[in-house]
Amino acid sequence: MDRIPILKFGNALLVTIQVDMHDRLATTLEEDLTSKIVAHSARGVLIDISALEIVDSFIGRMLDNIAAVSRILDADTVVVGMRPAVAITLVELGLSLAGVKTALNVERGMALIEGRLSESEADDADDED
Amino acid sequence: MTDVAGSDIASLVSRNEQTILPEWLELQKKAGTLNTGRISEGELQSQSQNFLHLLRDALAKGGNDVSNPVYEPAKAMLNDLSRSRALQGFTPSETATFIFSLKEPLFNALNRDQTLSPEKIAATVWTTTLLLDELGLFTLEIFQKSREEVIIRQQREIAELSTPVVKLWDGILALPLIGTLDSQRTQVVMENLLQTIVDDEAEIAIIDITGVPTVDTLTAQHLLKTVAAARLMGADCMISGIRPQIAQTMVHLGVELNVISKATLADAFGLALRQTGRTVTRIKKGEWQAGLKPKAGEQGA
Repeated sequence: MDRIPILKFGNALLVTIQVDMHDRLATTLEEDLTSKIVAHSARGVLIDISALEIVDSFIGRMLDNIAAVSRILDADTVVVGMRPAVAITLVELGLSLAGVKTALNVERGMALIEGRLSESEADDADDED
Repeated sequence: MTDVAGSDIASLVSRNEQTILPEWLELQKKAGTLNTGRISEGELQSQSQNFLHLLRDALAKGGNDVSNPVYEPAKAMLNDLSRSRALQGFTPSETATFIFSLKEPLFNALNRDQTLSPEKIAATVWTTTLLLDELGLFTLEIFQKSREEVIIRQQREIAELSTPVVKLWDGILALPLIGTLDSQRTQVVMENLLQTIVDDEAEIAIIDITGVPTVDTLTAQHLLKTVAAARLMGADCMISGIRPQIAQTMVHLGVELNVISKATLADAFGLALRQTGRTVTRIKKGEWQAGLKPKAGEQGA
């Protein structure tokens, strides 16, 4: 497997990482995701890492980068399903992923993105009035 | 110095057992082994006799080198004895006296022996001293080790006991911390909390530090780590129970906790309920009895 599939889901993109990440896979994902956000004009990116058991500083930085890039392209990033061991590792590495939103599972992550979308739509509607 | 064969000492012990044993017991009693009533006289006698026999056998078979495998039975016996005495609350010197008090009766027996030349006696005294010293050190080491085992076990028990994660409501967890937070405990606390967040699908975790005596920069750092890890899992964290003096100390130290903090657990719980879209309301008098029969969709919705 040399790339991770990116699924379109309404206004959001869904990425499920189900294999162990190695560095090239991570950079490929970053590039693919950036172009897909633009292509589909996505407003949210949901990254499910519930199957990810091992992280290193590179993967941690990749998540941060994706969040930063998405923010520039006006999309929210939500990382969901992080395992306790992974969370502890990231904290010990000093990566608290400040720019990334988190949720416990895909369901809650989706709700978070939808909540943001309806909020901004409401804002748009207010602006038009 | 003339070499002394272990078998010589062994035969000396065999010949004089009838005098060595009572003398040895008398010395142990004088040293106060029985005073505290932790072991009975009969027990002490059988222990002493046992050890004397094991020592004699080892000397006869394997000379005076304690590392020789023939000393294993004697060592195993010392091991058990030292362990049990450590648990019974004997002091290290009381435990070591068991071996060291054997010297005097042995030397007395040597002196009484008319067949030996003075050089032989001196050499035997030296060899016996070395041997008993080594056994005594062995006893102390085991004693120390068993005390350390007790300490380690207690530490583990304390760590497990004092870090429960409590479920307050659907999706709301509380972590009442008691005692000082060091890095090892933080690790346990963090793992417990994160696992419970996963198991209960919690949205909010309240860390209550009412029981934490002091908060210095290190403790704060540990707290923040826990908060950061919980956030990565997708749960919000609050800190509650910061006592007035601690709040002042923290400000003086320049410690900042960039998380929602509340004075009491109740305040934090109230906020957590509001954040998850719930309220607590007082019901009218007389209604609570009707409320005992649960109406559909009232609880935990």
